[in-house]
Amino acid sequence: MSKRVLTVDDSKTMRDMVVFTLRQGGYDTVEACDGSDALRHLASGRFDCVITDLNMPVMDGIELVRSVRSDATHRGVPILMLTTESDTTKKDAGRAAGATGWLVKPFDPDKLLATVRKVCP
Amino acid sequence: MDGRLSQFLQTYFEECRDSLSVCEPLVATLGEGADQETINTIFRCIHSIKGGGAAFGFERLVAFCHGLETALEALRSHRVVLDRAGYSVLVRSFDMVADLVAAAQTGVDLAAGAEAGLARDLQAWLLAAAPTAPPSPCQALTPSPAEEPVTWRIQFAPESNLLRKANEPLLLIRELSRLGQVHIIADTGRVPDLDSIDPEAAYLAWDIDLTTTAPLNDILEVFEFVTDDCRLTVAQRDAAANGLPARLSDDTAPTAAGPESVAITSNGSSRASASAVPTSAPTIRVDLDKVDRLANMVGEIVIAQSMLAQRFAELGVRDRTEINHGLEQLAQYTRDLQDSVMAIRAQPVKSVFQRMPRIVRDVAALLGKEARVVTTGEQTEIDKTVIEQLADPLTHLVRNAVDHGLEPPDERDRLGKPREGTISLSADHRGGRIVIEIADDGRGINRPRVLEKARNLGLIAEDHALTDADIDALIFLPGFSTNELVSEISGRGVGMDVVKRNIQALGGRISVTSTAGEGSRFSLSLPLTLAVLDGLVVAVGAESYIIPIQVIVESLRPRATDVHRVVGRGDVLALRGSYVPLVYLHRVFEVEGAVSDPSKGIVVIIDAEDRGQIGLVVDDLLGQQQVVVKSLEANYEPVQGIGGATILGSGQVALILDAAGLATSSPHRPGSDSQGGRIR
Repeated sequence: MSKRVLTVDDSKTMRDMVVFTLRQGGYDTVEACDGSDALRHLASGRFDCVITDLNMPVMDGIELVRSVRSDATHRGVPILMLTTESDTTKKDAGRAAGATGWLVKPFDPDKLLATVRKVCP
Repeated sequence: MDGRLSQFLQTYFEECRDSLSVCEPLVATLGEGADQETINTIFRCIHSIKGGGAAFGFERLVAFCHGLETALEALRSHRVVLDRAGYSVLVRSFDMVADLVAAAQTGVDLAAGAEAGLARDLQAWLLAAAPTAPPSPCQALTPSPAEEPVTWRIQFAPESNLLRKANEPLLLIRELSRLGQVHIIADTGRVPDLDSIDPEAAYLAWDIDLTTTAPLNDILEVFEFVTDDCRLTVAQRDAAANGLPARLSDDTAPTAAGPESVAITSNGSSRASASAVPTSAPTIRVDLDKVDRLANMVGEIVIAQSMLAQRFAELGVRDRTEINHGLEQLAQYTRDLQDSVMAIRAQPVKSVFQRMPRIVRDVAALLGKEARVVTTGEQTEIDKTVIEQLADPLTHLVRNAVDHGLEPPDERDRLGKPREGTISLSADHRGGRIVIEIADDGRGINRPRVLEKARNLGLIAEDHALTDADIDALIFLPGFSTNELVSEISGRGVGMDVVKRNIQALGGRISVTSTAGEGSRFSLSLPLTLAVLDGLVVAVGAESYIIPIQVIVESLRPRATDVHRVVGRGDVLALRGSYVPLVYLHRVFEVEGAVSDPSKGIVVIIDAEDRGQIGLVVDDLLGQQQVVVKSLEANYEPVQGIGGATILGSGQVALILDAAGLATSSPHRPGSDSQGGRIR
């Protein structure tokens, strides 16, 4: 059974890009438009990996990481943050909150797949 | 490709267009000798065109970009020098990329093999310019390509929290095994009794021998996400045989000097430069003059808008809902416009902060001291003008901190402090201002010495009693220098008064706190922008003054019985059990015909920072509005207690009050008697 990845981003364009690349790599994908939307999806199904943007309305990526890590049912899921290279503050905050790894935007599709395979082969 | 994808295909082509338009002028400058940054930028552009193209399956574009990337990489790593032939082939290559992008976008393919000749030319030039050049860009990042398999000893000991971030050591090891042959020994020494095992903690550690031809970078990349959560050592096993003292552990930063770290640095720096320009959003470069003109015009619009609103209110038109609505909207839009213009000018303080570690290193080296710099809040944004003018004072303060603040390493040893001193820089938004602090963990201000010097210079009277804070403030006096303050680095007592003047010119304030033996902390409080502020307009006689909103605590009309006269201190207002000194604005500014009885006027309580609260006695409150600050210094000279001037809606000129300045200039300021006025 192929692995399921939850893609969280408020930008539809970005989600489409990520989803397209992941599907090419053989992953199943589900999309969420912000942190709280992602939590709803997480509550209703099993996921092998979460890829999340950091700047989002309603609930941002860091808050999402924190919520996932504090919930016993799915705290073990790897979470990759989509960051821009200049935003190291956000990245550090995300790591402190418990994110597994990060991806730099704009991403190279091969790099995205390589990174996802690293935490969820 | 299904129709759903067309949406981000559009984005991709827009990005391509941005990338190409960034490249175009840069490529033109290549002929005049290219600097590293230019080549990096071009490389990034081509790389992102290639990356996106691969996602959409534009194979010809991707293949051609790949060849171009190889050439750029060779140029970037100085393996080839750009000659005339190379320049010409590069220029033609960029045109070809543009053509290929256009072909992909329009779906009208170029003639078969249109780019093949050029690709061959590119290859031929590379070979001619550097006959020994390795063809692959991957090897370019490795100065010493590992032809022969090398055996690395990797010691990997996860911290106990590694698993909590969902990192999985097993996957890392599996990833390593892809690079070559692995021999793994698990260290179970840290595994506790079954009873005390925390199922979510990591206890195992591994020693891994990896025999591979892959460069060190590839090995380190496997551990990319866990370097902060483990102890990691990667060392070449027979290092001595190869003459490579190759050792890299988690406490050695990749930028550390050393032969093997060259490989990492060359890769690291290319990544770092990629971060210099956030590539997520297209940007344009604009002359600062144009932005300034825009900001000025917006300032004028703000004034015009508030004049209009005021005039209209004075007309007293009866049915005015429609127009009122329009005016309110105008006010809202004006404010948004102003915020947007200010945002254009705002920049993170990082640009100034990042110069400081070097200054600290240089000064420390010169003085035989050891120092490190810790920065926080680098992303805090502040107006560009403020940032630019901040560099000098900040440099001075940082130098001073190393020079005067930090003790020599041996002395620190004796005092039980770490040999290496710490200079902390921080920036933070506080109450509509930005506060920048420069702190050291050195010896602190030598107060007896400062006091003695000040008395010798006649700056204070012999019998004058000063608080510690007052003594510390003496170092800001012009011409003040003790022997401790003189040295080659920081100059002969030149400085602190100049620093203070510079900061004040920015509408800022500087203060210092110090603890003997523990260090000093300089605190700069600066306005976010020099151009506008929210103010309360108050009346004093026929004059109007502006009090910046952020300093106002409250305003009230006191009962006559709450106002008391204190000998030598002037009047104070009893307010909920404490006493607030009163400052009569009409006396300070010598205004005729103003209300002099606080119980008939209004008292505005303001927060004068380290001076505590004071109460300003005014006639009346006229309203709150956003005002455009016109500098007084530019046209007149600095005046204690006045931060600037503005033009009100009525066309009247009003002075903007500076709370801390008023508290200091007032003879009734708390915590000191009237003599204190000399310490400015």
